[in-house]
Amino acid sequence: MTTVVLLGPQQPVPDVGAALAVAHVKGPVALVTAGWQERESDDQALIETLGVKAVNLTLHARSEQVFTEDPEFSAAHKAKQGRLRLVNDFYRIRLDHEFEAARSISVRHVDPELLAEEQIESVEALKQLDRDHLERCQIKHDELADRWRPFERPAIARHRRELAAILSDVEAVVVMGGHVVSLLNRMKLFGLVGLCKNQRWFAAAAGAMVLTERIFLFHDFPPHGTGIAEVLDRGFGLVRDLVVLPDFRHRIDAGDAAGIARFVRRTSPATCVALDAGARVHVEGGQVRHALCHRLDADGFIEERWTG
Amino acid sequence: MSARAIDELAAGPRTKEAVDAFFAGRSFPIVDGPAITFVFRGEAEAIHLKHWVFGLPSSQQLARVEGTDVWHLTLELPPRSRVEYKLEVVRGGRGEWVQDPLNPHKARDPFGANSVAHGEGYEVPSWIHPDPESRPGKIDELWLDTKTFGRRRLEIYLPARFRRTRRYPLMVVHDGHDYLRYAALGTVLDNLMHRLEIPDMIVALTTSPDRLVEYANDERHAAFIADDVVPQLERALPIDSRPQSRCLMGASFGAVASLSTALRRPGFFGRLLLQSGSFAFTDIGDRNHRGPLFDPVVAFVNQLRARPVAMSERIFISCGMYESLIYENRSLAPVLEATGMDVRYVESRDGHNWENWRDRLREGLSWLFPGPFLFVYE
Repeated sequence: MTTVVLLGPQQPVPDVGAALAVAHVKGPVALVTAGWQERESDDQALIETLGVKAVNLTLHARSEQVFTEDPEFSAAHKAKQGRLRLVNDFYRIRLDHEFEAARSISVRHVDPELLAEEQIESVEALKQLDRDHLERCQIKHDELADRWRPFERPAIARHRRELAAILSDVEAVVVMGGHVVSLLNRMKLFGLVGLCKNQRWFAAAAGAMVLTERIFLFHDFPPHGTGIAEVLDRGFGLVRDLVVLPDFRHRIDAGDAAGIARFVRRTSPATCVALDAGARVHVEGGQVRHALCHRLDADGFIEERWTG
Repeated sequence: MSARAIDELAAGPRTKEAVDAFFAGRSFPIVDGPAITFVFRGEAEAIHLKHWVFGLPSSQQLARVEGTDVWHLTLELPPRSRVEYKLEVVRGGRGEWVQDPLNPHKARDPFGANSVAHGEGYEVPSWIHPDPESRPGKIDELWLDTKTFGRRRLEIYLPARFRRTRRYPLMVVHDGHDYLRYAALGTVLDNLMHRLEIPDMIVALTTSPDRLVEYANDERHAAFIADDVVPQLERALPIDSRPQSRCLMGASFGAVASLSTALRRPGFFGRLLLQSGSFAFTDIGDRNHRGPLFDPVVAFVNQLRARPVAMSERIFISCGMYESLIYENRSLAPVLEATGMDVRYVESRDGHNWENWRDRLREGLSWLFPGPFLFVYE
């Protein structure tokens, strides 16, 4: 049964070391900082806070090596990413229109009962849009996998063997945050989750997002326009029925109860949790066992110190 | 409260102590909802408010509270207004323009500094101040030997996390030195990059010794930018050379230079940031009331209005409502939009000045070059 501990942002003070200590992890641990992109190897300060021996899996650097060594696959992968970006653009256009429609309906002065029904309908339309988008993304991933069989490509297979060897000696995998797309792609490229056996997972911020089933991007205070949360892609699904919102305090308008309620209903039946600094969610076999974080409810309220 | 405060002063004993008490602990000008009261204290024959709000008389006399050396004038300004002004103090029959001695807010420009009145609801953006958490970029001087204008000096902004192994968008800024000095462009870039609201980018800051000529739809300038500056920088620095990663930016005549250069090289610059452009035009004939320097601009804009061209992909236009150029900018936006280009046009309650242009940078830059803030969770 896989154990996962989800954590909040690690800036400015990381607390992943404390989480390892509480879980009596003696080390060594494998470290994933691919979300930091080119700064992946700037890990010395972090490692000093972990309290155990750590080896960085350098997934970002390994990916760059693969793309250099295997230009054919690199081109195919790049093309897939380009198509995904377009699919995402089109999804956003549809999402904008869906939100605009929901807003137009919500301000009509009609029978409240009818309005409530229409609001449910609006949320259902958003859920359907999200489902369709995830499906379309998956089709693009599957097309690449079927045609190119990445794990059989020599460059990737070699790195997978090296990673498996490293992982066989570690007690836990620590996944830090950063750029969630980079992190997701790099972990996916090497099939990292499949290479792990009984290791425990400690995942912070974007790291926590990629271990869930669905990754939602969100920010209520964009530099222009209104922030509309969007689903990015499927995650690795080690954590089920949970949507995680790291750095909630800085990114979500906590006073917008209607917006929070709409998001919670849109992502239901999953539970939505805010992962701010110091938050912990302990997961066994995909399900939350206990937690210390905020939970969002379908009425737009924030339940503080939710314990799971 | 402001008018009432003045009224109370007028109704009171008007002693030196009463006047001192009126000034103690109060900030000026006095903002009371939409009413802004400008106040001056001192002996003079007359005091005038001098400002550049298009639509209001540019000189208005302050009234004296009889028996005192206190002068005042109340104006109604819409919310979020920002007005630059000076006071003209008339003594011995001679007027002298001075900054408001009671107002600590100043805005600098190439001609000196003005006092600034902040209307109700206006806030100085937080992102224009140095943030201790933002790593500052580096600004280097660079001399280019150009085919068009010979040897020219540029400044180059490199982001704090600059790496030769990455490719960066390039933004070329007209009057770049003034943007640095008067619109805090360096700090704004540092902060917006730190907040991930724009991507790391390389910024070329150009300056012209004869801007009113070179910027007024001059082919030599277009060649200088597109055939000299950009190619030389692309050879020297890791720049993403796709049009969507290439931006031209400028204010006033600098906006004309940006638009006319883009028009002379259609498709080369995928992004334009045009602030308070001097886009003068005529609907009939070619006479304009702005003087001969505008003649080539009028010819250019008239031609563009007659035959609009999609010369870029995405254009951000901003203009202050209190500028005389608001009509021209409002007129240009739909013309450009009708070509199919993605155009965003914003207005502010401000004038033709550097701090207006500074305050619009976040919205403009982040719309032209969206940063990865939605994707990064650390």
